[in-house]
Amino acid sequence: MAEASTRVVREYETIREVRGPLVIVEGISDAAYDEIVEVELPNGEKRRGRVLETAQGYAVVQVFEGTTGISARGTKVRFLARTLEVKVSDEMLGRIFNGLGDPIDGGPPITSGVWRDINGDPLNPAAREYPEDFIQTGVSAIDGMNTMVRGQKLPIFSGSGLPHNKLAVQIARQATVRTGEEFAVVFAAIGVMHDEALFFKKFFEETGAIKRAALFINLADEPASVRLITPRLALTLAEHLAFDLGMHVLVILTDMTNYCEALREISASREEVPGRQGYPGYMYSDLASIYERAGRAKGKKGSITQMPILTMPNDDITHPIPDLTGYITEGQIVLSRELHNRGIYPPINVLMSLSRLMKEGIGPGKTREDHANVSDQLYAAYSRAVELRSLAAIVGEESLSEIDRKYLRFGEAFEQRFLSQGFFENRSIEETLDLAWEILAILPETELYKIKDEYIRKYHPKYRKKAQQQQ
Amino acid sequence: MGVKGRIIRVAGPLVVAEGMTGIQMYEMVEVGEERLVGEVNRIVGDKAYIQVYESTTGLKPGDPVYGTGAPLSVELGPGLIGKIYDGIQRPLDAIREVAKSIFIRRGIKVPALDRSKKWHFKPSGLKPGDKVSGGDILGEVPETPLITHKVLVPPDVHGVLKWVASEGEYTVEDTIATVEVPGKGEVELKMYHKWPVRKPRPIREKFEPAEPLITGWRVIDTMFPIAKGGTAAIPGPFGSGKTVTLQSLAKWSEARVVIYIGCGERGNEMTDVLVTFPKLKDPWTGRPMMERTILIANTSNMPVAAREASIYTGVTMAEYYRDMGYDVLLVADSTSRWAEALREIAGRLEEMPAEEGYPSYLASRLAEFYGRAGRVRTLGSPERIGSVTITGAVSPPGGDFTEPVTANTKRFIRVFWALDARLAYSRHYPAINWIMSYSAYVETVAEWWHKNVSPKWKQYRDEAYDILLREDELKEIVRLVGTEGLSEKDKLILEVARLIREGFLQQNAFDPIDAFATPQKQWKQLEAIIDFYHAALEAVSKGVTVKQIKDSLAVLMRELVMTRYKVPNDKVEEIDKIKQQLIEGLQKLVEGQRTAPAIAA
Ligand SMILES: Nc1ncnc2c1ncn2[C@@H]1O[C@H](COP(=O)(O)OP(=O)(O)OP(=O)(O)O)[C@@H](O)[C@H]1O
Ligand SMILES: Nc1ncnc2c1ncn2[C@@H]1O[C@H](COP(=O)(O)OP(=O)(O)O)[C@@H](O)[C@H]1O
Ligand SMILES: [Mg+2]
Ligand SMILES: [Mg+2]
Repeated sequence: MAEASTRVVREYETIREVRGPLVIVEGISDAAYDEIVEVELPNGEKRRGRVLETAQGYAVVQVFEGTTGISARGTKVRFLARTLEVKVSDEMLGRIFNGLGDPIDGGPPITSGVWRDINGDPLNPAAREYPEDFIQTGVSAIDGMNTMVRGQKLPIFSGSGLPHNKLAVQIARQATVRTGEEFAVVFAAIGVMHDEALFFKKFFEETGAIKRAALFINLADEPASVRLITPRLALTLAEHLAFDLGMHVLVILTDMTNYCEALREISASREEVPGRQGYPGYMYSDLASIYERAGRAKGKKGSITQMPILTMPNDDITHPIPDLTGYITEGQIVLSRELHNRGIYPPINVLMSLSRLMKEGIGPGKTREDHANVSDQLYAAYSRAVELRSLAAIVGEESLSEIDRKYLRFGEAFEQRFLSQGFFENRSIEETLDLAWEILAILPETELYKIKDEYIRKYHPKYRKKAQQQQ
Repeated sequence: MGVKGRIIRVAGPLVVAEGMTGIQMYEMVEVGEERLVGEVNRIVGDKAYIQVYESTTGLKPGDPVYGTGAPLSVELGPGLIGKIYDGIQRPLDAIREVAKSIFIRRGIKVPALDRSKKWHFKPSGLKPGDKVSGGDILGEVPETPLITHKVLVPPDVHGVLKWVASEGEYTVEDTIATVEVPGKGEVELKMYHKWPVRKPRPIREKFEPAEPLITGWRVIDTMFPIAKGGTAAIPGPFGSGKTVTLQSLAKWSEARVVIYIGCGERGNEMTDVLVTFPKLKDPWTGRPMMERTILIANTSNMPVAAREASIYTGVTMAEYYRDMGYDVLLVADSTSRWAEALREIAGRLEEMPAEEGYPSYLASRLAEFYGRAGRVRTLGSPERIGSVTITGAVSPPGGDFTEPVTANTKRFIRVFWALDARLAYSRHYPAINWIMSYSAYVETVAEWWHKNVSPKWKQYRDEAYDILLREDELKEIVRLVGTEGLSEKDKLILEVARLIREGFLQQNAFDPIDAFATPQKQWKQLEAIIDFYHAALEAVSKGVTVKQIKDSLAVLMRELVMTRYKVPNDKVEEIDKIKQQLIEGLQKLVEGQRTAPAIAA
């Protein structure tokens, strides 16, 4: 990342205080809010930062690379008369960058491109186009019951040690739309461990997906402040690719929990009034300024589909990070430790998962006419099965009615046959729906309260077999 | 004329300026060279603390701040309906055209009401020399095929009419009347006037709500009804159905005008409304729903200060149409985002935080907001009654209803639709938990139902409700002994409760038939279930088992549930037929019982 040409650069050597990632500079009275700053250490090292607060006589500057080694004496602070801008271009596809956008793959610097403020501007709600193009991920639990559409923001809520990276990679590899256009992938690793970064790098390189991907990598041992920049950088590129160049872009952001931790750290060092569990009160708005940078727009061919990944601290979905995320994103895919421990992959807890944009992406001409009904029925039946399973554990199966016992068998089949699939297994939506019908057939037909009679007669295995026999 | 000062500090959306002597609390100001819109919310000496409604990036000490002499106000006149505005009433469509971008650029100034559009004004018959006062109807304008816009004398104008324009085409800027106001001289009136958003529009008299606001949603209209002029909150964790429920109310309810505020929520949800409302037909009039709807969109990524203002902008518009004599529904999704905006600004002002960082005046602000609902006799003549019904979503962190916004909201609303994550997980929609929810208007609306639908309404509604409560108790017992250990009567309760849940409480917003049920359809469904229950209870008392009932009547019971999707509102007699078949089926079982009594044992 670099800054666009400067207007009036002002230099100060009057640091009053260094506190956490913040530097308070005295004597300046014309720092602009959000202005970009260059900090030069006595040893000549240069770091970047931005103005968080400006007043007559002082400015509060957040230093992205951290304040380690900065002393109040001898450090120069230059105010660059610019906001944080980045040069983005399609040249960045196929390349790997650090969390501030500098190439780290040994390749040449990015020469062409347009300068953009990394904070972006809010997309005008009146300029949005409603997302409705079905994305087939090949994963039954997603395609069948939590369908993703192009332009959606759909996060994965995971826990430490759960296979979210594996699932993300499977989706990135398999995701297609029926019209066949490919996705460009913008991948932002935020505060991840080395091995995770390697896992993704290897995947992109080995599958050849790197050719249409740009990777931004901020590692766990790099300064926290950079984490606030990395996702915005990635999204600025994504907006350029989608809305200037007409590409369909899939943005993967991992791990948003690290992002929120960084936000909390900076808020704490500013001594702001903390909200829930020490996270700043404005975390909702801040996260929204990231997640809302997804979608489709009128008159634009491209789209931005976002798949943020986060790990729920202590697997707790009510923790502020998943909670605020869920309040902003258009659904969530929730992974379950219980299913994972039972050896089920992908361990998706479908009951807690949701795709809010599913309704427009499915149905005749998009997936299949029975899709919505089948999905509703799977939900109703599986949730009943889960409830009865815990009941059976206490009172014994024999204290349940015959129908209830069928529900238990349905629940087993749902998990073993529908949910479970291989890492390389790529199911078409028809395969997914047919599989759903096979397991729904375990239940008496009169239990299918959510499915219209005509679809039962057309797709229920019982009638299908009859129809085949007649032919 | 106006005050002019200079910025001395910028921190996020908060700007402090000095040299502001003479500025008023809540005065609207323009900040910086780009003249960004802001509002004064604290004055200390010659310093003003200003919340800025646009991004403050690039502002710096020394930049100018201009007073405007007026509080933050909205324009009220023909042309509001069908529009989409941001939180401070900037028309988002027009902004898109001016900015020539899909993004909102700051500093763009476009008037809320189209200045070039001509409206057909028809005077009401007031004559020069007539005494006029606030609220009097000067004339009418067909605003949309659904809404006849009444051109009102502004609430604060009283005097003698000097002149009224004749029938014809006028823009909102044209003078359509002049009034001689004592002490002020001649005042020119236009088809629009401005009103400060934080000040409730005056009324003559407030009444208790008396009639239901029919919404077409069974669990609402029958179980937890809302009344015209009433207040309701719909709290729930994410994904529990707040937005879908509120959008459904905006679509199907019997209100004449709907104000939909997307307050700090998703951009695509506004797009959804913008795309679907023009296509959907209002069931009460058959016209496209957009002809009665105003949208206010201050989504989560738009400036937070304007989010704080958005609910006031919305409720002021609602009061304006109420003053014309309409029943207005205001939908605010989500009031929690508004409260958070309030908290964020209070935090920047370094105010003393109370509970969970919210300012101590959170409760009083909530009370003021919900206090603007009501059924009223308006100012002016001819005499008319209008209402503003407020329904607000609440988004409690972690779904915890004890948090300050939910807890305080509960004090000021009369209907509580509590959404339940567990119901949502099993796709029981709307996920309104029938144990935690309540409505203070059940008695109020019973009279309407008894007169217009069935005199047995209240009795059957209560009976259905009791079955649900009983089911809840039985579930505890089942947890100990399993279902097979229950008495036959209790087993029947479980079966009927399931019919009520699946066939009555649940309602699919995306099914063309299920999405809206007329009071008649609601009643037929309720009646069928309860009459079936009565007949089954009798059969059980004569020795028929619940298993026998299920074995022989499962198909018909499924049919009864499927009336949701299969029976359109104009064919509700179909429900009676299914009920009849069920009751006959039960009679056969009873007869079989008499001829073969051994089986019962
Ligand atoms: N801001 C923009 N708005 C619309 N289209 C743009 C914009 N920026 C770039 N484009 C389009 O995208 C295409 C490729 O963009 P890119 O930035 O890679 O151009 P470039 O020619 O490589 O840049 P440079 O001139 O800096 O080398 C351009 O030909 C142009 O049509
Ligand atoms: N009445 C309903 N019928 C069908 N689906 C519903 C209904 N209510 C909610 N849903 C489903 O639940 C999802 C989340 O609902 P939403 O209203 O957006 O939740 P919230 O606003 O509480 O976060 C919707 O996208 C939709 O899939
Ligand atoms: Mg190029
Ligand atoms: Mg919502």
